[in-house]
Order: sequence, then structure tokens, then C-alpha cells
Amino acid sequence: MLEVDISRRFGDFPLHIRFTAETGLTALFGRSGAGKTSLINLLAGLERPDGGRIEIDGHVLFDASEGVDLPPEKRRLGYVFQEPRLFPHMSVLGNLSYGMRLRPASERHQDFHQVVDMLDLKPFLDRRPKTLSGGEKQRVAIGRALLASPRLLLMDEPLASLDAPRKNEILPFIERLRDEANLPIVYVSHALDEVIRLADTLVILSEGRAVASGSVEQIMSRLDLRPLTGRHEAGAVFSAAVVAQDDTFGLTELAFAGNRLLVPRLRMPEGTSLRVRIRARDVSLSLTPPADISVLNIFPGRIEEIGADGGPQADLLVDIGVPLIARVTRKSLHELDLKPGKKVYALVKAVAVDRPSLGQRGTEMRS
Amino acid sequence: MWNLTPFEIEAVRLSLRVAFWAVAGSLPIGLFTAWLLARRDFPGKSLLNGFLYLPMILPPVVIGYLLLILLGRRGPLGSWLFDILGVTVAFTWKGAAVASAVMAFPLMVQAIRLSLEAVDRRLEQAALTLGAGPARVFLTVTLPLAAPGILTGTILSFARSFGEFGATITFVSNIPGETQTLPLALFSLFQAPGGEAGALRLMIISILLAMAALLVSEFLARRVAARIGG
Repeated sequence: MLEVDISRRFGDFPLHIRFTAETGLTALFGRSGAGKTSLINLLAGLERPDGGRIEIDGHVLFDASEGVDLPPEKRRLGYVFQEPRLFPHMSVLGNLSYGMRLRPASERHQDFHQVVDMLDLKPFLDRRPKTLSGGEKQRVAIGRALLASPRLLLMDEPLASLDAPRKNEILPFIERLRDEANLPIVYVSHALDEVIRLADTLVILSEGRAVASGSVEQIMSRLDLRPLTGRHEAGAVFSAAVVAQDDTFGLTELAFAGNRLLVPRLRMPEGTSLRVRIRARDVSLSLTPPADISVLNIFPGRIEEIGADGGPQADLLVDIGVPLIARVTRKSLHELDLKPGKKVYALVKAVAVDRPSLGQRGTEMRS
Repeated sequence: MWNLTPFEIEAVRLSLRVAFWAVAGSLPIGLFTAWLLARRDFPGKSLLNGFLYLPMILPPVVIGYLLLILLGRRGPLGSWLFDILGVTVAFTWKGAAVASAVMAFPLMVQAIRLSLEAVDRRLEQAALTLGAGPARVFLTVTLPLAAPGILTGTILSFARSFGEFGATITFVSNIPGETQTLPLALFSLFQAPGGEAGALRLMIISILLAMAALLVSEFLARRVAARIGG
């Protein structure tokens, strides 16, 4: 377990961050300028905090009051940077084995062949980094960090420098890494869809502070964090499982909390566990069960909370077995007299649930 | 016509030996100085930087004279060298190598410093996070990536040493077989009555040697660049 409580002043910008990261993938999410990269550099030992303490599994990496400040090479924290940073004068094999050879065999917890297989690096081993594509380079960088057998892997927006197709090429590798490498990961990102797809735990950073942390489902259903989790893309997140395929109409049926959700065809076997995000702007509300309507997903529920900031719209937290967030105009709020406790029907268009809103979950959740 | 005279062979061999030892002796110091200037901040850095360029700005005779004062048998450094190590540099080929090294030093340091500054620090950070200590990072990342500049610096300073004249003749004089390198031999022939033909031959030898050195350096630079993977 990683325990962090550090402060550092960058000019006028004070950073004071406290959080813990346990097994699985902990995403540090925040807008640009929230102090994400600085925080990772402080953890890795590339920059020095003004005060505080960093500890991992009982090993103190930094403690201002005890005068402990381990240099980066002694911290055993793997670091995957935004850019691949591969050594241009070495082959892919040379890059991969650079950190591995520095680690005594008894301390290595990653098997070379397994990592090469997992990241599908075999075809490149003899090649020079400059002959690889951006996505391939980033895979090598992940393998290189992993093979140094770190106690934890830091990833600083590893997809930020890639275009959308390359991102989609890498995401499954990061999912496998999270599920198979048995290594805690701290993943920094400002892309909500990445975070929802990958994270087990979510820490929200804002203006140099960790303002909230918890499971993705918990954090995404909090109306008070709306401005930080993003207006346009915001929406509730919950877990569901593939239960049936409808071949006639090309749909897939997902089950969650006693309900069924129909979405456009997903090529995944039955029983696969998924994380689903339903954007608030894609949810409509009705006071009576609507008939003769094209919307396939209609869930009865109850209004829990209304988050209105005086603007033209309001976000409503609706309990349909799981928390769902609906965004309606303030006019509708007024005309339908929507209040906490009121029974409503939530309408979700099947076509609104797209691929980036779905994240495949690890084996531990698949049952 | 094409056979070299013993006199010419002696001058060429002496020049090569002086230039070789000048470079070999100053390369470690040059590397360290370049690293210091490229990567460290310390008080007096701009002073050191200015001091370093003195040999390029001062008349070579001044440097030669300064060396004679410092390293002559009775000079503060020269007497120490003789008493402790039994080494005499004044008026020997070793002194010629010292004079050449001093004159070529700024060129060498400048080339290496530029190449060290061009090495991407982010790669060094990556190596640190992979568990390599600073010394290992320098040897396995910084040095290989700076190799083209180090090679350039070495060749430049070799060429400069090979052609050194002013500081050498002032410091170690013009002794045939001991300190009479190729430029000094050419100068002697040029001064002597009827020596023009011999001077011309030495001039052609100088040009051929310089051309050969350029070709070799070009070839090496390409090999190194290919190995680094550009």
C-alpha cells in the first residue's frame, strides 16, 4: 500500500496532497494544471517535496521530519512517462532488460517471457526504438518499467501523446497489466473515459489537493463533484454483466441490480463483467411509464438528490437500484415539480451507450 | 621522389606521437571539464569558462612562455614534477605534448560540452527510475549518446595538436629528433638557404595527412551515428 502526504510549493502554486493507493489501479484524475505530473515526479523522487511523508509497504521513501529522501534509483517505483523515453542507442531487448539486469534475481517478480507475451513485444525485440510506432514504443516503455520489478507502477498519462486508434490499441494492454501483473498502479489522467475504463479507485485532484477519493462508482455518482468530473461527459458509473445476445436486432443485454440494459452489440462472451457509464445528458425523466416510445431502456426509480447551481440545467441523482444521474432543464424541474423522494421513470436510449463508455473488468469481478 | 627521407619520417613520427599523447592525456580532463560546465552549477563557473578560452585568445607565444615559467626545471610545477616523479617536460617531446594539449583543450571541451548538453535529460531520468545510479546512468546513457561529439572533440584536438607551432617552439624549442615536429621542421627548412624543395615536400605531406585524418573521422562519425540509431 502506498501512503502519501506531501506538500510542495511551485511558485504561487501550493501542492498539498494526501491519498493512499492499494492493490489495483488508482487513477489520479484532474484537469490540466491540477498538479498531476508534479505529484508523480515527487513520488518518483525526480523532484523533492518541501515536507511530508511517502511510504510504500512499510518502506519509507521520503520523510521530511526524519530526514529520509531516497534517490529515484532506490525507490523501486516503475515510471511510464507521457512520452516513451526509450533509449535510442539500444535495441528493444536492450531497453526491456535495462532495469531488469540491475535487479538481483531474487528480487525480480516479473518474468521476462510473460511480460513480452502480455505486451506482445516478441516481433520487435531486435528492432531499434525509432522503427516502432508510437503505440509500440509505449508498450515497450511499459514492459521496461515492469521488468525492473517495481513495488508500484506510476503511469503519467501514457496515452496522452497518442491518437485515438493508438489509444484503443494500448488500452487492452493496460487492462491486462492491471489484471495480470499483480502490481499496484497509480495512473494519472485528465481523460475521464480512460479513468472510468481502467480505474478501481479514483482520486480527484483540484488546485493541488486531493478533494475526493473512492471507488469509481461512488465518486461518479456524487453531484457535488460535478464541476470537477466534467460537465459534458459526466454520468453515473455502475457494474453490469453480459447476459444475452440478441442476434435479430444486433443488441446485447446487460444485467445490473435486478434491471436489464440493452446496448448495441458488444462482442463479448456471456458472463463478462463490465463497467458502464451512462452520461447524464443521455437520461430523460418521465412521471408516468411512457408507452409507444422508441427508447428501449426504461427504469422505475426515485429521486434522491437534486444538484442545481442556478444555471439552465440541473443534475438529478435517481436511485434505480444503482445511482443514475439525469440532466434536465430547470424548466422541466419546475414544470414536473421534481423533488427528492418523488417516483420517476428514467429513460436511456440504447444507442447512447457507446464503446468508450464501457470498460471490461478484471477476472476478480468476473464470476 | 616518393620515398620519405629519414628527416621527414622523424618529423612525422614525432608529430603523431606528440598529438596522440596530447589527446590521450587531455581527454579525461576534457570530459570532466565539459561535464562540469554542461551539468553543474557552482560559484566561479563563468570564471572557469573564460579561463578555458584563454589559449584560443592569447598569442600562442604567451602560452608557451607561461608554460616555460610554470613547468621549466625551476618553475613551481616543473621542479615538483622533477623532484617527485623525475620527469622533465621542458625541452622534451613530453613538453611538446603538453603545449599541444593546452592549445587544443578549448576545442575539445567545447565539442564535448555541446554534445553533453544535447543529451535528453529525460532519458537519464528514465534510467534513474529503472534503478541505475548516477554513475551508471552516465556510463550507459549519457556517454553513448554524447559519443559523436566526443569523437568530434577528439579529432579536432588531434588536428590542432598536430599543427601546433607557437607555444611549442617557445616552450620546448626546436630540437631535431626531440621537439622538432612537422610544422617546426617545415619552419626550419623554410628558414635555411636552399630548403624550399624540402619545405614543399613537408607541406604536401601535411596536406595528405590532414586529408586522411578527415576521411577517417568522417567514417568513424558515420559508424557511431548508425550505432546510436540517430
